[in-house]
Amino acid sequence: MSIESPLWEVFIRGQHGTAHRHVGSLHASDAETAMNNARDVYTRRNEGLSIWVVPSNQIIASSPSQKGSMFDPSQGKIYRHPSFYDIPKVVKKI
Amino acid sequence: MNDPRFHLALRMGDNSLILAQQNSKWCGHAPTLEEDIALANVSLDLMGHAQMWLGLAANIEAKGRTADELAFLRDTQEFRNALLCERPNIDFATTLVRQYLFDAWHLEQLGLLCAGSDISVVEIAQKAFVEVQYHRQRSSSLVIKLGDGSAESHTRIQNALESLWPYFGSLFENSDNDYILFKAGISELPASLRTRVVEQLSADCGQSTLTLPDSLFYHKGAVQGHHTENLGYILAEMQYLQRTYPSSNW
Repeated sequence: MSIESPLWEVFIRGQHGTAHRHVGSLHASDAETAMNNARDVYTRRNEGLSIWVVPSNQIIASSPSQKGSMFDPSQGKIYRHPSFYDIPKVVKKI
Repeated sequence: MNDPRFHLALRMGDNSLILAQQNSKWCGHAPTLEEDIALANVSLDLMGHAQMWLGLAANIEAKGRTADELAFLRDTQEFRNALLCERPNIDFATTLVRQYLFDAWHLEQLGLLCAGSDISVVEIAQKAFVEVQYHRQRSSSLVIKLGDGSAESHTRIQNALESLWPYFGSLFENSDNDYILFKAGISELPASLRTRVVEQLSADCGQSTLTLPDSLFYHKGAVQGHHTENLGYILAEMQYLQRTYPSSNW
C-alpha cells in the first residue's frame, strides 16, 4: 500500500437498470484491495449496488491533440438528433 | 444488576466502544487516504454497535441511565471490554492485527448470538453481523497480503500477532454470568468459541507466510473489570468532555 500502488478507476451502478458511471479513482496494490477500497471510499453513503474497478493503465483515452478531427465533424449536424420524430406518450423513457 | 443480559450487552458494547475509540485515532493519519477512510468506516460501524448494545444494557438496567451515560460516566473497573481492544495503536500493523483478531472473534460471536433465544439480543446481533462480515473479509485480506509483502511488512505483522496474542484470549474468558446466559440459551460460553476462531486464523495464516502463535496463555481479569493501564488513558480522552462539562450536548 505504498504510494507506488497502481491507480484504478472506479465505476458505480446506482440502481437496477442504470449504467455504471465513473465516480473517481484510487490506489490499490491489487484487484481485491481495489474493490474493497472502492466499497469503502465510494459507497459509504449508500451510493451503489454494483462496483467495477479497472486498472487506469488499461483505459485507452482519446488524445487531446486530435480533438479537432475527432469531434468537430459532428458539430452542426442536427439531423443526427432524433428531434424530428413524434414520441408516443406511452413511451416514458428514451 | 442481576439480569445476566445486562452484563452481556455491556461486554459487547464495551468491546465495540473501546475498539472504535482506538481506531478513530487514525482518522487523518493512516498510511493512505483509502485506508484512512476504511478505518474510519469500521470505527463508525463499531460505534453504532456500541450505541445499540449500551442502549440495551441501559434498558435492561432500568435505572434511568442512558447509553451515553454508560459510555462516558463509568470508570475503568466498571468496563467489561476484552484487553485486546484497549491495546495501544503503536503502528498500522498492530492496529490492523488487533482488528483482524477481533473481527474473527466478533463474527463468530455475533453468529451465535443471532441464533440465541432473546429477541432484543438477536435483533442487534443481526444488524451488526452483516457489517462485521465485511470487517472480517477486509482485515484478513490485508493481514495475509502484508504478511506476504515486503520483509518489513512481514516482520511487523508477525510481531504484532505475537505481541497481541496474550491479550486475544481475553475475548474468550468465561464469567459467572456467562454460565447463566448459557443455561438460558441466550449465548454460548465465550471459551467455547476459541477453538473455532483459532482454526479460522490458522487457515488464514496458512495461506501466507505468517505463523500463528500457539500459546494458550492470556491475561485474565477483564470480565471482573481488571484492565491494563492503557484503558485509563483511553477513558481520560474519551470521557473528558462529559466529565468537564456534565450533560453538555450538541
